[in-house]
Amino acid sequence: MSAQGPIRISTEPECTRVEFTEKHVIDEVVIRQIGNELTKLVDASPRPRLVVSFTGVEHLSSAALGTLLTVMNRVRAKDGQLRLCDIAPQILQIFEITKLNKVLRIEKDLAAAKASLGGAA
Amino acid sequence: MAHPGPTPSHRAPFERTWVLREQRDSIEALQADVGRALHDFGYGEACAFAVRLALEEALVNGFRHGNKGDASKSVTVRCRVDAGLMQLEVQDEGEGFNPETVPDPTAEENIEIPSGRGIMLMRAYMTSVEYVPPGNCLRITYRREEGPRA
Repeated sequence: MSAQGPIRISTEPECTRVEFTEKHVIDEVVIRQIGNELTKLVDASPRPRLVVSFTGVEHLSSAALGTLLTVMNRVRAKDGQLRLCDIAPQILQIFEITKLNKVLRIEKDLAAAKASLGGAA
Repeated sequence: MAHPGPTPSHRAPFERTWVLREQRDSIEALQADVGRALHDFGYGEACAFAVRLALEEALVNGFRHGNKGDASKSVTVRCRVDAGLMQLEVQDEGEGFNPETVPDPTAEENIEIPSGRGIMLMRAYMTSVEYVPPGNCLRITYRREEGPRA
């Protein structure tokens, strides 16, 4: 794990953008840390608008899927919005196999994810 | 001129056993060894991706559910790779379980539950996934021609 932590967070006018700093999102300890950081982000906003970019991610485990679902439920509870984007084909296949592409909103890229966000920031 | 090594079909099978504790470094070393063996036998990137995913899920299940997070317990991995087949056995020190009791994570009532997708992913990517009674040993195979069955 890098010294900068497993995710990089940037605040943009339309949303809060999250990127992974590692290409393998599979280590349970790291995934727990990612979950904690995302939870903090969601809790800090009255109506979170979160875009999670998978640029550079080559591997994803079922534990990471679970964390995304937990975050989705927290975002939804606050009437917020969550988008996933920039997902490589082999990772997208994981979402399709588990049918989570029907539950989590996936957009092609960051621009599409931002454009899909409705309502005021 | 360097003498070329044996072709994948003539190479002796790769066979190795690891006894692991839940430490990231040793898991990564195992993943690297298996990945190298697959590469040496000419398996492609799709296979390497699928095997890495299945092995990761199997190890997490072994440490978390089988050994119940007990740091004094280990997971034993046996691997055999030849030109046509990759076989893995992942055995924990738990009492075993019946995989039929795991609910379908894609069912509407379960789709938003955060856990329970590891076995499904292994089954989607591997040729066969079988729990050996009493259920604490997982036998995974990947047959070269078939590839990911998603």
